[in-house]
Amino acid sequence: MSEKVFASSAFNDNLDSRQRKARIWQTILLACTLLGILVLTMMLVDIIVDGAGWLSPTLFNNNHSRFPEKTGMNSAIYGSIYNVLLTALFCFPLGVAAAIYLEEYAPKSKLTNFINININNLAGVPSIVYGMLGLTVFGRMFGLFAPESPLVNFFNLPVEAGNVGGLKFNLFGIPGLIIHLPFGRSLVAGAMTMSLLILPTVIISSREAIRAVPTSIREAAYGLGATRWQMIRTQVLPVSFPGILTGIILAMGRALGETAPLIIMGAFMYVPFLPRNIWDKFTTMPIQIYNWITLPQPEYNIHLAAAGIIVLLLVLLGMSALAIFLRNKLQVKW
Amino acid sequence: MENNIRDTHLKNQSKEPIIETKGLSVFYNNRLAIRDINIAIEPNKITAIIGPSGCGKSTLLRTFNRMNDLIPGARVEGKILYNGIDINQKALDPVGLRRHIGMVFQKPNPFPKSIYDNVAFGPRINHYTGNMDELVETSLRQAALWDEVKDKLKESGLALSGGQQQRLCIARALATQPDLILMDEPASALDPVATQRIEELMIELKEKYTIIIVTHNMQQAGRASDNTAFMSLDRENIEARIGILVEYGKTEQLFTNPRNKETEDYITGRFG
Ligand SMILES: Nc1ncnc2c1ncn2[C@@H]1O[C@H](COP(=O)(O)OP(=O)(O)OP(=O)(O)O)[C@@H](O)[C@H]1O
Ligand SMILES: [Mg+2]
Repeated sequence: MSEKVFASSAFNDNLDSRQRKARIWQTILLACTLLGILVLTMMLVDIIVDGAGWLSPTLFNNNHSRFPEKTGMNSAIYGSIYNVLLTALFCFPLGVAAAIYLEEYAPKSKLTNFINININNLAGVPSIVYGMLGLTVFGRMFGLFAPESPLVNFFNLPVEAGNVGGLKFNLFGIPGLIIHLPFGRSLVAGAMTMSLLILPTVIISSREAIRAVPTSIREAAYGLGATRWQMIRTQVLPVSFPGILTGIILAMGRALGETAPLIIMGAFMYVPFLPRNIWDKFTTMPIQIYNWITLPQPEYNIHLAAAGIIVLLLVLLGMSALAIFLRNKLQVKW
Repeated sequence: MENNIRDTHLKNQSKEPIIETKGLSVFYNNRLAIRDINIAIEPNKITAIIGPSGCGKSTLLRTFNRMNDLIPGARVEGKILYNGIDINQKALDPVGLRRHIGMVFQKPNPFPKSIYDNVAFGPRINHYTGNMDELVETSLRQAALWDEVKDKLKESGLALSGGQQQRLCIARALATQPDLILMDEPASALDPVATQRIEELMIELKEKYTIIIVTHNMQQAGRASDNTAFMSLDRENIEARIGILVEYGKTEQLFTNPRNKETEDYITGRFG
């Protein structure tokens, strides 16, 4: 019909068939979207049905027990929170500093290019690889502090044997600054491994935030006699801070959900108390959930596991909401 | 060709030039952008730089406070004397130079901070030891903005109108107490009323400061400036797109009786 309206000899515009194709594609795309949403919804509904009834103060206040009704995930919740906060503490300065260097200082060279490519690659390395790295480097420190190791023998270090063995010393004699080598299966070791895992993501998102600072205000600062560092500190960092923060919170969300590296690290399945300090053993929510799923009773492997997943999802949602809130609140509107 | 124009102009000048370039050329990634510029800027005057787009006006302006240092691949040859001092010498730190040479950009670019903090930024980073409140007020008064903002100094500089923002940027540049102010098309983003305010402001400011302004607006150059430099692309090698200084002289003379045919064509709008 339309062919007749805009009749033209040089174009065989075939409008009806083109429009039919367009409609078919639209339907296919919609179907794919709905399928994804449908599967997600089914999972959520299933989890809520299985677990909602088990959300109770007991779940938050108690630790794992032989009786499902008395079982909770208190130590796992706190373990996750401590772990993720410690991770942020390690990751924030390192990641932001690296991002500032790479964006503001690094010369355009082959080496810089190589580093850039590899940061992107590292962000895609499976988390289990980080777990093995963390175990070797932080957890065992290459066995350097094991009894009878060459290092220990050479310096005659006073190491202890056993699980929490190794070298303990008190840096500067300040009571709070006791250091254990190697880090073993402690919160420190877990958080450092998680830091390695999320560092590439933190660097990438921080760089994006820094790059988004307009050239015009950089030039304005230089034009007034600012040094490079003054320009960075007074303009780039305040303006990019909301973006950097958002990236870090989202990365912390990833660290919160990761299980494999911590299991490789040897994080404990069953920790019936809260970590007393950063050298203490710990467990986390996903490990706790995994642990329950492996138990034979349906109270554990269906209901408690689902309840645990609900708690984990709520914490993750809360962190995303916080990230969005901070971004909207602090973002500079040009 | 350009050299003698400049020389005749400067003959009857008593004061030493504040800026003088000798054989100044600028390269971007080894591509020549402006060639052999010889120009002497009179103190306490407004000097306009005019010329077609891409002829290197901004490039020339940015050599005066060494802003081109910030562009990777930019290279400057020849001499630039600021009050007789070679500003490209190794021993000179451009950071120190830029406090003495303020810059106002084409698009108003206030910092996303309060009006007060915008003006106080330069003095703070340069460790100003005097009374900051007074300095902020003086600078805003000089930029003819004080009356409009005196009750909202704590509000964001971004909340002002475009014309007000540009005057804020001028106040911010004045606060470091420069001798010379470089303006790169400061009114091109503004309406005629705001443009006129900036022009009036420039004329007030030249009592104390020297101003160099790049503009595309012939009337503005004619009205506001004392001297005018006309830059254009080198005709003898037009493919290379090399900017040169074609004519430089008193604005009145350059506009009414240009020596160069190309200048005349450009001014009367018969260019290209
Ligand atoms: N950062 C840069 N890198 C490479 N080349 C540049 C850069 N800045 C300017 N140029 C080149 O130098 C020449 C002069 O540019 P410039 O910006 O100085 O011109 P202009 O006279 O200010 O033009 P306009 O009136 O459009 O602002 C142009 O050919 C431009 O492409
Ligand atoms: Mg320009």
